[in-house]
Amino acid sequence: MTKSSFSNIQSEYLALIDHNKCVRCKRCIQNCGWGTYSFGGDKIISDHTKCVACGRCYTYCPEGAISIVKNPTVIRENANWQESLIKNIWRQSETGGIVISGMGTTFKYKKYFDHILLDACQVTNPSIDPLREPMELRTYLGKKPSKLDIDFDETGEPILKSKMPPQIELQTPFVFGAMSYGSISLNAQKAMALAARALGIVMNTGEGGLHDDLVPFGKNIIVQVASGRFGVHRDYLNSGVAVEIKIGQGAKPGIGGHLPGEKIGADISKTRMIPVGTDAISPAPHHDIYSIEDLRQLIYAVKEATDYEKPVSVKVAAVHNIAAIVSGIVRAGADIVYIDGYTGGTGAAPNIIKDHVGIPIELALAQVDERLREEGIRNEASLVAAGSIRSSADAVKAIALGADAVAIGTAALVVMGCHVCGKCNTGNCSWGITTQRPELVRRLDPEIYGERLYNLISAWSHEIQEVLGAMGVNSIESLRGSRERLRGIELTDAELNALGIKHAGL
Amino acid sequence: MITIDAAGMHYKELNRLIREGIKKGIKKFFLENVNGQYYIGDGIKGDDVVININGIPGNDLGAFMDGPTLIANNNAQDNIGNTMNAGKILIKGDAGDVVGYGMRGGKIYILGNAGYRVGIHMKGYNEQLPIIIIGGKVGSFFAEYMAGGIIVLLGLNDSDEFDSEYFASGMHGGAIYLRKKIDFSKYSKDVELYEADENDMNFLKKYLIDYADSFNISSEEITGKPFYKIVPSSARPYAHLYTSA
Repeated sequence: MTKSSFSNIQSEYLALIDHNKCVRCKRCIQNCGWGTYSFGGDKIISDHTKCVACGRCYTYCPEGAISIVKNPTVIRENANWQESLIKNIWRQSETGGIVISGMGTTFKYKKYFDHILLDACQVTNPSIDPLREPMELRTYLGKKPSKLDIDFDETGEPILKSKMPPQIELQTPFVFGAMSYGSISLNAQKAMALAARALGIVMNTGEGGLHDDLVPFGKNIIVQVASGRFGVHRDYLNSGVAVEIKIGQGAKPGIGGHLPGEKIGADISKTRMIPVGTDAISPAPHHDIYSIEDLRQLIYAVKEATDYEKPVSVKVAAVHNIAAIVSGIVRAGADIVYIDGYTGGTGAAPNIIKDHVGIPIELALAQVDERLREEGIRNEASLVAAGSIRSSADAVKAIALGADAVAIGTAALVVMGCHVCGKCNTGNCSWGITTQRPELVRRLDPEIYGERLYNLISAWSHEIQEVLGAMGVNSIESLRGSRERLRGIELTDAELNALGIKHAGL
Repeated sequence: MITIDAAGMHYKELNRLIREGIKKGIKKFFLENVNGQYYIGDGIKGDDVVININGIPGNDLGAFMDGPTLIANNNAQDNIGNTMNAGKILIKGDAGDVVGYGMRGGKIYILGNAGYRVGIHMKGYNEQLPIIIIGGKVGSFFAEYMAGGIIVLLGLNDSDEFDSEYFASGMHGGAIYLRKKIDFSKYSKDVELYEADENDMNFLKKYLIDYADSFNISSEEITGKPFYKIVPSSARPYAHLYTSA
């Protein structure tokens, strides 16, 4: 098709400069990864069409001279023909392309976490003060034996006879979600690695291989094996505390991924072990996995390659029959199942998938936990819940719904300055997160943001301790899968049923 | 040197014995009565380790392998050389489905035929050049998403044509050499066919001789015909599929 340069799509935001305040320091020109600003001889001028409202310019404008506002020129409001739909039609008619974007869906689906209330103690069964009393958050991810064999030594002290399957020890029930080097910058990965080490938790390489600089962080890293098998080799499998087989991702269930050739520079090429400039294509399925039996084969291929010393995690997207799927995954030998809800993030995914495929993590978790208990195999694997855990409250509710730990991805990027503009796929991230442009990556200081990630997870952990204390339990273990401590609000019977919780008041 | 009788042995035990043997410095292994045990050679290292297999090895033979040589004296099953990094696998019979998935280096030589999905997402990197040479023919979905390396199809078993469907779809790197002309119209639009030139043949020669020597067949018999070469039309087949929201 011939392409006309004229576009119907007008700028979504206006980058306004107060020229009375502006001192022409040009910091905004430097800071904007999108090229919104330029110097017009005597003043800064804005190309509004390039602004994505990522917030970098006004954060770093020393004079507070910049404001980013929604373009007041409206597309006539229509509840049926919404602006985003109209714009996508224009976009696709102008390019013929599949519309893609970064981050999770922007659709306004019901957020079940916001309709779940937590219990607390009053009078009977007293609450506990976490400031004075020990409050255990330590969590072990991995298969737990269905029974323990115990011997006693000559003094009568018990000795554990059973050999424990390998576990990941977490000091607090959080992990960083899988984000590959390629989808995010190395500095962003380093910030998470530093924080994970300081916190005693783990980060996840995603499917982009393990950069040499991260090798020393092995005790705080899960390495991933996805369908593209990028950077996967024997030593890689043995370099972390666990291996994760990625089957699906909440933002894009059932489809693969493409890291476009222009993002495959020398360093990413080395880490992914593919030539510079070629597309890194992860096919939709693993071409050796067409059944639960095939999954078992890969799980045990990994276990053989790691001498049965690492737990193997399987990551799947939450989809309609998730309970049966996870039951199969557990029976296939997975030690950890990572379930990613439909609001989870991504570096790039087609909007049609992101906005319309999958189910909420809350419902998936409740169903999976219930199913595994019914089948008597809940101890066979730990569950990690993901898909936009936005606060410690979401984390607590996820754990009470049945998760052993939660994963955070988008929240970790928000720590690094992300304003969730959803343009990760373009590689122009002004915050140096989802970009490989050296001048942008350089500005993300791993030490500073490692410390801020540490602060966030510490704060969330303290909040969880407060909540546990209020509920009168002194260990996160005691809350796990304890749906009796949850009540629903503004939910239908069907929704309450799916969540396995009672309505508030009952 | 060690001989292990694998009769009735679970793969876990067999592979543990192999790993322990390698740790002790044993270089040559003879496995007898192998009967479908999975993962032989999975994740093992050592360029001078050779494992000779009598019987039929099971799936994932040489998965994640990094250096050793595996010799299967009969047929072998699925997923040979899965994500293999280096080493050599010889199959003196037919191979099953999914040979060399995600393979990044080393060589897989198959004397007979191979099944579906051979060479899927095979990839090369720097000096690592994975090579698969197949004496007979292959099933469908051959070289899907192939991103690097070399696959040679010899067609020595006198079948007139390679009749696999979905041949090299999504291929975006590497090269395939065919010893027989194919009806090109049947195959993926992502690739182009050329007659192999002198440079190609010089490049291939040492591998073909190595292949012939490995199976004690005459290399003249193999090289005596013109070859055809299939290469991807683009290193970025999906570059124009998307538009940013």
